[in-house]
Amino acid sequence: MMELLVNGSKTYCYTGGKAFDAAKPTMIFIHGVLNDHSVWILQTRYLANHGYNVLALDLPGHCRSAGTPPASVEEAADFIIALMDAAGVAKAALVGHSFGSLIALEAAARAPQRVSHLVMVGTAYPMKVSPLLLENSISQPTKAIDMVNTFSHSTLAPPPSTLGPGTWLYGGSRALMRRVLASNTMANVFHTGFKACDDYRNGEAAMAQVQAPTLFVLGRQDQMTPSKAAQSLVSKAIKGRVALLDAGHALMTEAPDGVLFAIRDFLKT
Amino acid sequence: MSGYSDPGFDTLALHAGAAPDPATGARAVPIHLTTSFVFESSDQAAALFNLERAGHVYSRISNPTNAVLEQRISALEGGIGAITTASGQAALHLSIATLMGAGSHIVASTALYGGSQNLLHYTMRRFGIETTFVKPGDIDGWRAAVRPNTKLFFGETVGNPGLDVLDIETVSGIAHEAGVPLLVDSTLTSPWLIKPFEHGADLVYHSATKFLSGHGTVIGGLVVDGGSFDWDKSGKFPELTEPYEGFHNMVFSQESTVGAFLLRARREGLRDFGACMSPHSAWLILQGIETLSLRMERHMSNTRKVVDFLAANPFVSRVGHPLLETHPSHALAQKLLPRGAGSVFSFDLKGSREQGKKFVETLKVFSHLANVGDCRSLVIHPASTTHFRMSDDALAAGGITQGTIRLSIGLEDPEDLIDDLKRALKTAEKAGA
Repeated sequence: MMELLVNGSKTYCYTGGKAFDAAKPTMIFIHGVLNDHSVWILQTRYLANHGYNVLALDLPGHCRSAGTPPASVEEAADFIIALMDAAGVAKAALVGHSFGSLIALEAAARAPQRVSHLVMVGTAYPMKVSPLLLENSISQPTKAIDMVNTFSHSTLAPPPSTLGPGTWLYGGSRALMRRVLASNTMANVFHTGFKACDDYRNGEAAMAQVQAPTLFVLGRQDQMTPSKAAQSLVSKAIKGRVALLDAGHALMTEAPDGVLFAIRDFLKT
Repeated sequence: MSGYSDPGFDTLALHAGAAPDPATGARAVPIHLTTSFVFESSDQAAALFNLERAGHVYSRISNPTNAVLEQRISALEGGIGAITTASGQAALHLSIATLMGAGSHIVASTALYGGSQNLLHYTMRRFGIETTFVKPGDIDGWRAAVRPNTKLFFGETVGNPGLDVLDIETVSGIAHEAGVPLLVDSTLTSPWLIKPFEHGADLVYHSATKFLSGHGTVIGGLVVDGGSFDWDKSGKFPELTEPYEGFHNMVFSQESTVGAFLLRARREGLRDFGACMSPHSAWLILQGIETLSLRMERHMSNTRKVVDFLAANPFVSRVGHPLLETHPSHALAQKLLPRGAGSVFSFDLKGSREQGKKFVETLKVFSHLANVGDCRSLVIHPASTTHFRMSDDALAAGGITQGTIRLSIGLEDPEDLIDDLKRALKTAEKAGA
C-alpha cells in the first residue's frame, strides 16, 4: 500500500500487494458511494502481478483516507489529477465504478493527455438518485443502505468472490457500507456521494472531450444503473467498447472474472 | 420489499448460495466429492494461489458444496461469510487460533457446553491461552475480568445446562469497550430463534451437528463473521492488521475492510490445522437447513407442551426452562428469544441417582444418548453418564442433582412424548418407595 499526501491530506492507496514501480504503466481505481478500495481487491491483485502499478484509493474522507469527502464529481476529478501529481504519474488508466466512473470520466475530460484508458464500470448518465433515497441517506441511513444493497445485487448464488468461496455478497456489501459510513463522523459520505451523482450535469460534454479509448463494463441485471442508461455516454465515446456481463450493479463482486478479463483485454488495445 | 431481490428467512434457507447446476441442470445442490480442481492454465493456477482470482483449489481450503452451505448460513445469520469445519469444536478452535496466540486471554461464560469448557480450561491453557470464566449474568464480572492481553469474549446464546440467556447487547458492549470481539455459540438456538449479530455479536459459531442438520446424522461446524468488528481500530490484532509472512506478507485488514478474520481463518487456519468439513457432510447439513423453520417451529411448540406438563407434575421439583416465570432468564428470553429459548433443557426429579437411572431406562420414545438437536427426542441422566465421576458436592456446584434429567425435545406427536414421560415418572417414583 501507499500513503500519498494529496491536497494536504493523507490518501490511502492499495497497491495489490506490490510496491509502486515508476517504470510500469499505472492504473487508478476509483470506488463508488459507500465503498472503498477493497471492492477492487481481486482485479487489482491480478493486474499488480501482471505488469501494472495499481492505485486503488479510498476517496477523501472515506475509511483510511483523511480529508473532506468531495462534494461534486468535478471536485473529485480534480482530486484524482492531484493524486496523479502526488504519485509522480504522468499518465494512467482510470477505472471507476458507479460514482467513481463519473469521477474517472470527468478527470479524463479535464486532463485528456494524462489518461491512457478510461474504464467505466456500472455507469449511467445522468446518474439520478431518487429524492426518497437522498432523503433516507440522511434520515435513515441504515434503511437506505439496505435498499441500495438490495438493488445492487442480482443473484442469491454468486460465484466465489472477494473473500473467496463462502462469501455472502449481500452481507459483505452491507457491512462495508455501514463501515464506510461510520468511518467519517464529521460528514455523511452516503448523502454527499449520492448528491454528487445526482447533481452531475457534464457527462456528455466530458465524454466528448475524452481522447482515451473507453470501456463500459455494464451489468445486464443492474437495477441501480441499468445498462441502457449508459447509452448516452456510449454513443459519445470516440473509441468506445462495451462489455455486458451477467451481473447486477455490484459487478466487481458478482462477476469478478468478467470484470477482470474485460479490463485486462481492453488494456491490450 | 420482498421477492428474489430481498428474500425472507424461509426463501434464503432454500435458495441462498445455490442455483440449478449449470453443467447438469441438477436442482438440488450437487455433492462435489473431489479433493482437487483442475486448473484452466498455469496463469489461473498462480492467480488462485495468490488471491488474484477466486475459486477452488483443494477441498481442505474450499469446496463448491461447502461454499453453498457457507453462503446459506451467512445469509440466515446476517453475516458476510462463513467457514465450514469438521465439528463445532473445530469452529471454536479455528476462531480462537485465528485471533490469538500464546500469552493471550479470553473472558468466557461459565455456562458452556462441556467440550468448550474443556478446550478453554485445559487444552488452550496448555498452548498459553488463559481463560477467565464469568457467570453469564454477572455483568460487572465480565468487565472486571478484562486484562491488557484479553482478545475475546465468548458465551452461548442460552448456556449449558441451566439455559442462562446471554445478554448479548450488554456483554458485546463491554467487549467493544475493551477493544475485543464477542464470539457467540448459537448451536442451541439457530438463526430461527435469534440472530446474534443483530444484538451486537461479532462472530457466531454453530455445532451444525445439532439443529442445523437436525437429523442426528452428521458432525460439522460453522463459524460466521458479522463483518462489524473493526480490527484496525482495536489495535489488538496484529494477526489481522500486520503483514503475515506465512501468506504473501498479506495484511488481511487491508485486503478486506470487513472480512479480515475470514481471510486469515481460511488461508491459515484451514490450511494449517486442516479441520475441514467433508462435502458430503455439508450436503447433509444443507438438507437439514432447508426445513429449519418448519422443524424449529415444531421443536418449540412441543417444548412448550412438555415444559407445562413437567412443571405441573408433583414428582418434578424443578424445570429449568426460560418459558417459566420462575427461571432467572425469563424476562431476557422474552426480549431476545420471543420464538422460544430452545428445546434442550433440564429438570430435576425428586429422587435418587437410582431413580434417575430408572426414569431414563423406562422411556421408550425418548432415546438415551449423548446428543441434542435431533428430530427425535433425546434424554440423558448426567449423574449416571456424562458427570458420573463427580461427587455430590461437585455436581451441586454445577447445578446438577442426582435427579437432574436433560431432555432434547424432538418432533414426535407431543401426546406421545408426554405419555412416555408420564409413564417413566410413575415408574421412577415407585422405584423409590
